[in-house]
Amino acid sequence: MKPLEIRWHGRGGQGVVTASRILAEGALREGKYFQAFPEYGPERMGAPIKAFNRVSDQPIRLHCGVTNPELVIVVDPTLLTSVNVLEGLGEDGIVLANCEKSPAELRDILGFKTGKVVTVNASHISREILGRVVVNTPMLGALCRVFDQVKMETMLEAVRAQFGEKLRAEVIEKNLSSLKKAHEEAQVG
Amino acid sequence: MAKIMGFNGNAAVAYAMKQINPDVVAAYPITPQTDCVERFAEYVSEGLVDTEFVTVESEHSAMSACVGAAAAGGRVMTATAANGLALMWEIVYIAASMRLPVVMMVANRALSGNINIHCDHSDTMGARDAGWIQLFSENAQEAYDNLIQAVKIAEDMGVRLPVMVTQDGFIISHELERVEILEDQEVKQFVGPYQPRYPLLDLEHPVTYGPLDLFDYYFEHKRSQIEAIDCSLPVIERVGQEFGKVSGRSYGLLELYRMEDAEYGLVALGSTCGTAKETIDGLREKGKKVGLIKIRCFRPFPKEAIVKAVSPLKGLAVLDRSATFGGFGGPVFTEVRSALYDAESRPLTLDFIYGLGGRDIFQEDIATAFSRIEEAVKTGRVEKPIDYLGLRE
Repeated sequence: MKPLEIRWHGRGGQGVVTASRILAEGALREGKYFQAFPEYGPERMGAPIKAFNRVSDQPIRLHCGVTNPELVIVVDPTLLTSVNVLEGLGEDGIVLANCEKSPAELRDILGFKTGKVVTVNASHISREILGRVVVNTPMLGALCRVFDQVKMETMLEAVRAQFGEKLRAEVIEKNLSSLKKAHEEAQVG
Repeated sequence: MAKIMGFNGNAAVAYAMKQINPDVVAAYPITPQTDCVERFAEYVSEGLVDTEFVTVESEHSAMSACVGAAAAGGRVMTATAANGLALMWEIVYIAASMRLPVVMMVANRALSGNINIHCDHSDTMGARDAGWIQLFSENAQEAYDNLIQAVKIAEDMGVRLPVMVTQDGFIISHELERVEILEDQEVKQFVGPYQPRYPLLDLEHPVTYGPLDLFDYYFEHKRSQIEAIDCSLPVIERVGQEFGKVSGRSYGLLELYRMEDAEYGLVALGSTCGTAKETIDGLREKGKKVGLIKIRCFRPFPKEAIVKAVSPLKGLAVLDRSATFGGFGGPVFTEVRSALYDAESRPLTLDFIYGLGGRDIFQEDIATAFSRIEEAVKTGRVEKPIDYLGLRE
């Protein structure tokens, strides 16, 4: 059985790889099988990068790259027009993007008529709550609107587990708030 | 009760090393192994292991320190990749010649040049004649399991040889996966206390390691080394079964997948075997009688098991993730085909070199290998015995 496959688009330094790991941690807590891996190239701040997840109820045996994801998550709005984020995405696919647009507007920009489009202004949310743009955690909140394999409360636990030893309690709480807010504000269309 | 962790291959191996708690680890960082040694260094600094951690100035020194520490009577481990393994070369042979049960993780990476940090098997295959036992891992779970078994195999009194446990660089070393770990106590009991043999530090019984050994006895010593590695085959199988009793995951020399009634087989090593299993399931649904022969133990080469598994087949595709420049096919092909020469029946056999420098291998590529061998069997002709998968030509 094909596992659910996710492709993340972001830029070096935006925490995309960390986000894919938190998602994997969430899947672990749900008793699922999972993979998280980045596309390893030259690591440069600001350069477009990709990361991937596979999630399944069955053991995952594939070790090749993800070419036909069911879900694409675009963390950096500038990539929507500079990278082909729809590459390999099927008609039923889901696009989740951090941007100021509505799902209908983004559909026009991408030329994506089918499937589902979810937009959330994660940059704005994190600027308000964290005082700077850290979009990876809010995107996980928005993801929970269209992805049922990891429950919202599990995702919050996974974020706590990821940052528990690295960040101050107050910063973790803000990350969790931004995740919840993005979950509420995400528009599905 | 098994505990589930989210580990990449490096983390899984570092965790196994922590549970094994070796006396000495000497290592030098190299991508994609670095993450493993970094994690182990953290265990050392947090006081979670008793290991003497030797930070050396090169891989040549890393293996030299391992040889010294193992000869002195310690349980010793290291890890490396690619050019790091190449730099160790001289001492890699010496570790095996001295019959020192060192355990080394290799995160498979292409050898330079040009500089490439991604996976192929050229590093490990280059060391295939160094006298080490070589175990390949399909995923992070197997890297963890193999590392624990490696200690017991290496230290078996009938073996006493170094063991290399490989995992595909980045593909496994950096892929976060679900890994079931054993309890510390279970690992400790499984590997048992270390029993050094002829340790240099036993001052009551002084011995010499690595003296001059010319035409009078060198040959006999090499002969006994050949015997030792050949005799490790049943030990590797036994330890694989014993590990199964503890973990629920048994291991053999090979893993056969859907081979019961297979007409066409594929031989592969490492992470590609996982992708091949998925591909085989898909082809089986289309009525193709295909199966996989996964080589877990490449050294010593499990000749009899391979011949038994593949001789009834009509066609066999061998996947080689390294090239032998000027040789007749990749190293896996050469061995498999040679092993089949005396078999009563043998399949038509094709070699596919693939994945050099981290070139990805997809299910379509594996399906191509199967269709090529099927075509060769139908026409009875092998146009190109050695070909490439996923290459632009």
